[in-house]
Amino acid sequence: MTQIFHPSMNTFAKVTIFGGLLIFAAIVFAWDRINRSPYVTEADVVRDQPIPFSHEHHVSGLGIDCRYCHTTVEKSPFAGMPATEVCMGCHSQIWKDSPMLEPVRDSYRTGKPLKWTRVNDLPDFVYFDHSIHVAKGIGCESCHGRVDQMPLMRRAHTLQMTWCLECHRQPEQFVRGPEDIYRFGKLSQTKAHEHGLELVKEYGIDTRQLTDCWICHR
Amino acid sequence: MTDDVNNLADLRHPPPDCTDRSDESVPLDWDTLRTRLSGAGGRTFWKGLDELTESPEFLDYVSREFPRQSGEWMDTVARRSFLKLMAASLGLAGVGLGGCLRQPDEKIVPYVRQPEDFVPGNPLFFATCTTLGGYAMGLLVESHLGRPTKIEGNPDHPASLGATDAFAQASILSLYDPDRSQTVLKGGQISTWGEFLTALSAELPALRGRDGKGLAILTETVTSPTLAGQLRSLLKELPAAKWHQYEPVGRDNVRAGAKRAFGEYVDSIYHFDRAEVVLALDAEFLTGMPGSVRYARHFMDRRKLSRRDGPAGATGHAMNRLYAIESTPGLCGVVADHRLPMRADRIEGFARALAGELGVAVADGQVPAATEVPAAWLAALVSDLKSHRGTSLVIAGDGQPAVVHALTHAINRSLDNLGRTVETIEPVEAEPVDQLASLRALVESMRADEVDLLVVLGGNPLYNAPGELDFAKYYEQVRLRVHLSEYFDETSFVSHWHIPAAHYLESWGDARAFDGTATIQQPLIAPLYQGRTAHELLASLSGHPELTAYEVVRQYWKGRWGDADFEMRWQRALHDGVVANTKAQPHNVMWSFTDRASASISPLADHADLEVNLCPDPTVWDGRFANNGWLQELPKPLTKLTWDNAAIVSPRTAERLGVSNHDLVELSRGGRTVRAPAWIVPGQADDSISLALGYGRTRSGRIGNGAGVNAYILKTARPEWFVGGVELKPTGERRALAVTQNHYSMEGRGLVQIGTLTQFEHDPKFVDATSRHPENLPTLYPKYEESENAWGMVIDQTACTGCNACIVACQAENNIPIVGKEQVGKGREMHWLRIDRYYKGGLDNPETYFQPVACMHCENAPCELVCPVGATVHSHEGLNQMVYNRCVGTRYCSNNCPYKVRRFNFLNYDAEFGYDGDQAPVLKLLRNPDVTVRSRGVMEKCTYCIQRINESKIEAQKQNRPVRDGEIVTACQGACPTRAIVFGNIRDSESQVARLKESPLNYSLLAQLNTLPRTTYLARIRNPHPDLEGPATTDTPPIHPTAMDRVEGGER
Repeated sequence: MTQIFHPSMNTFAKVTIFGGLLIFAAIVFAWDRINRSPYVTEADVVRDQPIPFSHEHHVSGLGIDCRYCHTTVEKSPFAGMPATEVCMGCHSQIWKDSPMLEPVRDSYRTGKPLKWTRVNDLPDFVYFDHSIHVAKGIGCESCHGRVDQMPLMRRAHTLQMTWCLECHRQPEQFVRGPEDIYRFGKLSQTKAHEHGLELVKEYGIDTRQLTDCWICHR
Repeated sequence: MTDDVNNLADLRHPPPDCTDRSDESVPLDWDTLRTRLSGAGGRTFWKGLDELTESPEFLDYVSREFPRQSGEWMDTVARRSFLKLMAASLGLAGVGLGGCLRQPDEKIVPYVRQPEDFVPGNPLFFATCTTLGGYAMGLLVESHLGRPTKIEGNPDHPASLGATDAFAQASILSLYDPDRSQTVLKGGQISTWGEFLTALSAELPALRGRDGKGLAILTETVTSPTLAGQLRSLLKELPAAKWHQYEPVGRDNVRAGAKRAFGEYVDSIYHFDRAEVVLALDAEFLTGMPGSVRYARHFMDRRKLSRRDGPAGATGHAMNRLYAIESTPGLCGVVADHRLPMRADRIEGFARALAGELGVAVADGQVPAATEVPAAWLAALVSDLKSHRGTSLVIAGDGQPAVVHALTHAINRSLDNLGRTVETIEPVEAEPVDQLASLRALVESMRADEVDLLVVLGGNPLYNAPGELDFAKYYEQVRLRVHLSEYFDETSFVSHWHIPAAHYLESWGDARAFDGTATIQQPLIAPLYQGRTAHELLASLSGHPELTAYEVVRQYWKGRWGDADFEMRWQRALHDGVVANTKAQPHNVMWSFTDRASASISPLADHADLEVNLCPDPTVWDGRFANNGWLQELPKPLTKLTWDNAAIVSPRTAERLGVSNHDLVELSRGGRTVRAPAWIVPGQADDSISLALGYGRTRSGRIGNGAGVNAYILKTARPEWFVGGVELKPTGERRALAVTQNHYSMEGRGLVQIGTLTQFEHDPKFVDATSRHPENLPTLYPKYEESENAWGMVIDQTACTGCNACIVACQAENNIPIVGKEQVGKGREMHWLRIDRYYKGGLDNPETYFQPVACMHCENAPCELVCPVGATVHSHEGLNQMVYNRCVGTRYCSNNCPYKVRRFNFLNYDAEFGYDGDQAPVLKLLRNPDVTVRSRGVMEKCTYCIQRINESKIEAQKQNRPVRDGEIVTACQGACPTRAIVFGNIRDSESQVARLKESPLNYSLLAQLNTLPRTTYLARIRNPHPDLEGPATTDTPPIHPTAMDRVEGGER
């Protein structure tokens, strides 16, 4: 009985089988990379804004506290965006002729609000609450990164669920003392996680509940 | 109206034969039915007639999770083309790479000048009020970033006490109704307010010249002090002008009854908190009446076992007792300890007999005595009333004739109740008149061409004036007709000018509650469209078009309070939602009533005569809520009917006339005919047919058009709500009705535990031991770690009146869609909370029980284990969490749920109604931002209002304290007038819910399954008169010739 397949077919079969698997794995890998890439997560992507506002200048240069502009961060799920009149509080006195600030003055004159592009944007089925996070030892820096070093605002982390869960699973690795919430860089307690477990206890964080679905989704 | 809308309407109201319930008429097997009920084999509880006969159709219906057609592939697209389409769309979507993963840009738009005290992200609550029939109910309205989203009751308001009714809950949907009228129309053409003012000012000089002769203004009932002030000053300026009033669900009988008894118009308010024995004569005081929400609270507070002021008795428990006589089964009949069905026109005879027994001098002879009342029943009632002088209360229904109201006053007077349980106050209405006479006078003058300019402020007389008056015919004789209304409705259509009315949440105004307390109605949002108020229209008529409603209302109150500290009082009134010291003063009345037979309504012709009861609908009221989808789809408490009204007949009458459910029958009287589907309701009075008003609208909008039949056609120009001498003719046709009655049948298991007070005092643990929490049964379910909080709920079935407020509150809070009549017919309604209704006992007057059922949050939850994707999981606080994003729609969880409380989005329902964000962007504003809006293909269910739990938990944790008891109020709990629903932490032994769970009355549904539900029930406790309890009643000789087969439990 003659052979149906030429011996070279063995090699061909091996190549196609393993090659197929390899390609499949490559697709999965690529898919995963794309999903975690800045293209999808928008992490580290600078967004266009009506005014090239520099957090670096205002935070580390001038030493303005986060809460001066984001007034409701301790009271509300939403940290709050400064009303035009907050900007004008200073900028009616300094840089009052700067062409860069024309949109602010225009807004103040006409009563038309500024339209900022949201940088840290969670999907609509996620119910994030700023007030409880800052009350329980999560600093601005923990999620927003070194805002004090960002001349233009960008998302510091992916904000994907897996990233949220890093902390929700092990808050002791991330909590800081109440005095460090609005601080960037060097903390007053040298290493947060050495005191982490104590802090978690002090804050009364029930760690078991932090991974319940309805903590964030409803 | 465009064709599209018409097509939509067709979808909502499918023609007959489009659901499987419209098979040929199958006559009910009455003999089997009665045998089953009386025989030993009969089940104690039953849900509907079909279930009792166990017809093959019924068995087929309940054996499926969803009725027959719902499983079928309804689309015409074949499988292959479906696959092709799917593949293509997947390919085009780039398998999610392009469109799905990247989020679209979002903008943050901060204020230019931030308002004081406003924290973006946190809601604000404003006090205002809504009106029904002119009477106010105080509300607190939740506002997110300037858009009202949810209605709560105002605890400081006497008519609300913190709760609401279903109408108030649903009124938020009307605000955002995309079908609301949006612009001024002149003869149907788009116009402007300015043009209207120009046209009006051209009329004014001539009108002034003849002192207003020819001007008529038609309003609904007016309690607003400002509006009344405006009308009065206008009438002073134009003395020849006329002000007419007409409220379709009117209280003419109440007014006339008071006048007959006391010689003047006075309002009666009732103190159920002081009444031990209550008799309701066709009176639905638990819903719909001015002050109902308060009455329900007070009435039930004296029924709950938490009450501990009882006499003697080891336990010190006490309960009030309610006797109800009603023509059509209503909420009062359900909660009553003793109920009798009686034709509405025979209640007068009964009232007279009772009055005679109680020593009131009554005329006799003219009206046949109510013979169907068993002697023992009357004796028990009389002895109960006599032994509770000053603590009893007899109340007559708004639909009963004036003489019954006068007799009721006489009875209350003879029982020393006046001034104790019944208080007479100065009339709350600005101008109490006989409204039917007022409307008749208007029709007369229209006919005589005496009306030159008719201004209709609200109302829809072309639809809801009594058919007998032929309002429509004469309306068109008026030279200039102006109509102010929220919708471009039947009346607007034939008016020269249509002015869109602002919703109450968009307008300034004021109104008075049932006890006279005034509330300033403040808007929460500027008019979405070009809405105007009656205040502005009247100001323009008086030649002051520049005045806004705000100025008019402030002017009025400034006039009343004076300039000194006006601002402070104004701010205080706005903040509190009530104007201090405006409660009407008690009004001492003179007695001037002598009963005369001539005062009676026409005596009955004979027994064969049928009467029709034209009562307000429990969901769409007089038709004003016809375009409110939440109310249209709300199952009516007793019939569980949605999207329709039906001719409700008693089983015996149905048998006599050969009518079955869904049969289209023709009701005619005096040449006026209405064709309505029949619906058999146990407990309906024989030879009495109930047909709810409010349906058969032709120009209400895409929701209400074409739903049901117009009962106003049969309405006579008499004030009673019932009409006699009606003929009923089966037509041989059928019209499918969508009911939720037989869905989720619980197969006769003892789900509602009942007992009497006596029984409870003898044996507090009478509740069936098997329905209590089984202790430590072995289970294969995983154990969950316990945390600080364990949420649980207790529903007190004694206190539940079945008023439906909770269902609408849940719908509003949780962004629950409506599904339409066709889908309800398939059992796909989306309500997270339903109220089951069970019957017990005889067919002709069964006891009825309500049971609210929502997700039980089982500790051993059967749904969780079968979900292949982990979309429903347990939380550490014992909540059964549903994660929409994980759900792939296998529906296994729903299959495995023993309580059938899970709801599946078969379709994108909002889009089906043109209600999604693309087609009606205005509805985006309605959504509760704290709750995800679900899409097609996911399961959903009650969450115990997780958004409210989280909000309170976050607040508590920020303050480093545990959540306080009572801090979390679920939507259903907040709306409940009787506080029948209690929610809280069952691990905190001091919490109200934990204490209730310790009650011997506490039991679980289907406890034998060991699901350990977190929601438990308190058994329903009744307080029957000792003489009427037990088999004694069956000895009573039947009076009605066909009552021979009255089965046990027929009278109670």
